[in-house]
Amino acid sequence: MNNNQIKTAGTKKRGFFAQMLHDWQLWVMLLPGIVYIFIFCYMPMYGVQLAFRKYDFAKGIYGGEWVGLANFIQYFTSPMFKTTVVNTFVIAVVSIIFSFPAPIILALIINQVRQEKWKRTVQTVVYIPYFISTVVLVSMLNVMFAQNGGVLSDLLKHFGIVADNANLLGQKQYFVWMYVFSGVWQSMGWNSIIYLAALSGVDPSLYEAAKIDGANAIQRVIHIEFPVLVPTIMILLIMNMGNILNVGFDKIFLMQNTLNMGVSEVISTYVYHLMAPTAGAPQFSLATAVGLFTNVVNFAFLMGTNWFSKKTTGSGLL
Amino acid sequence: MEKKENKKGSRPHKMQESLPDRIFHVIVLILTITTFIVITYPLWFVIIASVSNSDLVNQGKVVLLPKDIRFYGFQQIIRDTRIWVGYRNTIVYVVVGTLLNMVITMPAAYALSRKDFKARNPVMLYFVFTMYFSGGLVPTYMVINKLGLIDSPWVLILIGALNTYNLIIARTFIQNTIPNDLYESAMLDGAGHFRIFWSVVLPLSKAIIAVEVLYYAVFHWNDYFNALIYTSSPEVQPLQMVLRRILLQNEAFAGGSGGVQGGYAQSSADQVKYAVIIVSTVPILLVYPFVQKYFEKGVTIGAVKG
Repeated sequence: MNNNQIKTAGTKKRGFFAQMLHDWQLWVMLLPGIVYIFIFCYMPMYGVQLAFRKYDFAKGIYGGEWVGLANFIQYFTSPMFKTTVVNTFVIAVVSIIFSFPAPIILALIINQVRQEKWKRTVQTVVYIPYFISTVVLVSMLNVMFAQNGGVLSDLLKHFGIVADNANLLGQKQYFVWMYVFSGVWQSMGWNSIIYLAALSGVDPSLYEAAKIDGANAIQRVIHIEFPVLVPTIMILLIMNMGNILNVGFDKIFLMQNTLNMGVSEVISTYVYHLMAPTAGAPQFSLATAVGLFTNVVNFAFLMGTNWFSKKTTGSGLL
Repeated sequence: MEKKENKKGSRPHKMQESLPDRIFHVIVLILTITTFIVITYPLWFVIIASVSNSDLVNQGKVVLLPKDIRFYGFQQIIRDTRIWVGYRNTIVYVVVGTLLNMVITMPAAYALSRKDFKARNPVMLYFVFTMYFSGGLVPTYMVINKLGLIDSPWVLILIGALNTYNLIIARTFIQNTIPNDLYESAMLDGAGHFRIFWSVVLPLSKAIIAVEVLYYAVFHWNDYFNALIYTSSPEVQPLQMVLRRILLQNEAFAGGSGGVQGGYAQSSADQVKYAVIIVSTVPILLVYPFVQKYFEKGVTIGAVKG
């Protein structure tokens, strides 16, 4: 303790370079990370200027002439603007509505199971889908929800949940649900880990007190367990909101087909299609502008949710 | 602790339980059983479909148990070199990539966990900023192109070499679990940061190392996006790209251009698909039990304060 105080007192007087020299070992340990981030994150950020330039194939990324906001205007006035923004928001909002509460509810349910062995089994099994790759997941969707003979589409038709001639993979109205529920199936268990961990920290004396007060099981869930989860919920919600426009390129891109394109083309896939079009020249400047637009909107959502969370619950990320 | 007591005295305890509580626990049981079925059935279906006659599968006749068992799909896969090339590449990317991830992440996490490190906050900001702002796809592509990494296996090892979120949870873990006294006594013994990191921090961080290895390894294993953007030759592409071609683009069955697939019928082709799914998923599933015991501990402590 004493030693520490002397040390801190000593370090305060050092100048910037003397301090760096003093901490040189820490800087060496940080160096690979700093260099990596510089090359793969900050150097591309410098390239964002392409959003305000006309891409010149001969002169490269920094050589094209300045065009101001022309690329943005081109995007905002094109019919793809409305399509991609609406699709992105619909998918993002429906996703959050269903896949955000699912792990919370699952954790609360698993936490109520008293048969320890069964509890372990369920817990282990719900993690499994997380390890299935997106490519495999989408191909599982393709075979199980095939229009003819898909085992799960047959099941849904049998119970009259969808029409007998429904094509779950092609018809537009099903796309969002296929996307969202396959996501819930895949990540619900995995995402519940953190909530289960938070629940394991509940003070047992609270249960005792609740029992004495005559609270029933549901009341215990509502008044003891749920409040314990609130800070975790808020932090994860903010982080989710900060990514709202980043709705997974991976899965949507693989689920896209010519039939559902009208509802499945989101901003991230649009950027890819601009950059690597099936026909015609790549539109690098426009793609950069669209990417930058996504970034700005995401940032606004992150800040907005953080502000809202701090106002309402007192816990925030930043 | 409390639960064990409950078990011992479960008889009288259950008698006292109120009716709503009993109904509640029955509902909990039903819900967990439903969850169990919903999660496991698709997995089970893939297994039975991979060994059943695909014609019966396509007619919806294979529902609970395999029918007309055959291993045609697996036999085809064993002979399909594309899958094994993809497999080899993926294993290289997972092993080398994850190793690089750890070599970069853990020392940086230690440095950032030291409260006496003066530049801690600015450096942290330097990393965190990239979580919320990025150059985007095109500028990143241009940089990687300038570096001459397009279509090189290195791009798939280097991309994502440091994940800021993983860095933060490792830092939080080290900060919260390793007591300051240990650092102080190590320093009194004359140990520098390298030595402390190697002999004090790493041995005490097994749980978070397991978590990080799992996160990074799963990322490399599943990543097809970077391969899609930055590579084009099949010799360097990972398994997921091969799977994409076989499973989603039906490449193998389009006309037999790849060699082995020749002229087998669509029904057998489907059996190959199910078998491919199994062969490509089992290895990563087998990794999880090994790290599971560390996992819950690591993820909890690391994520307490993101």
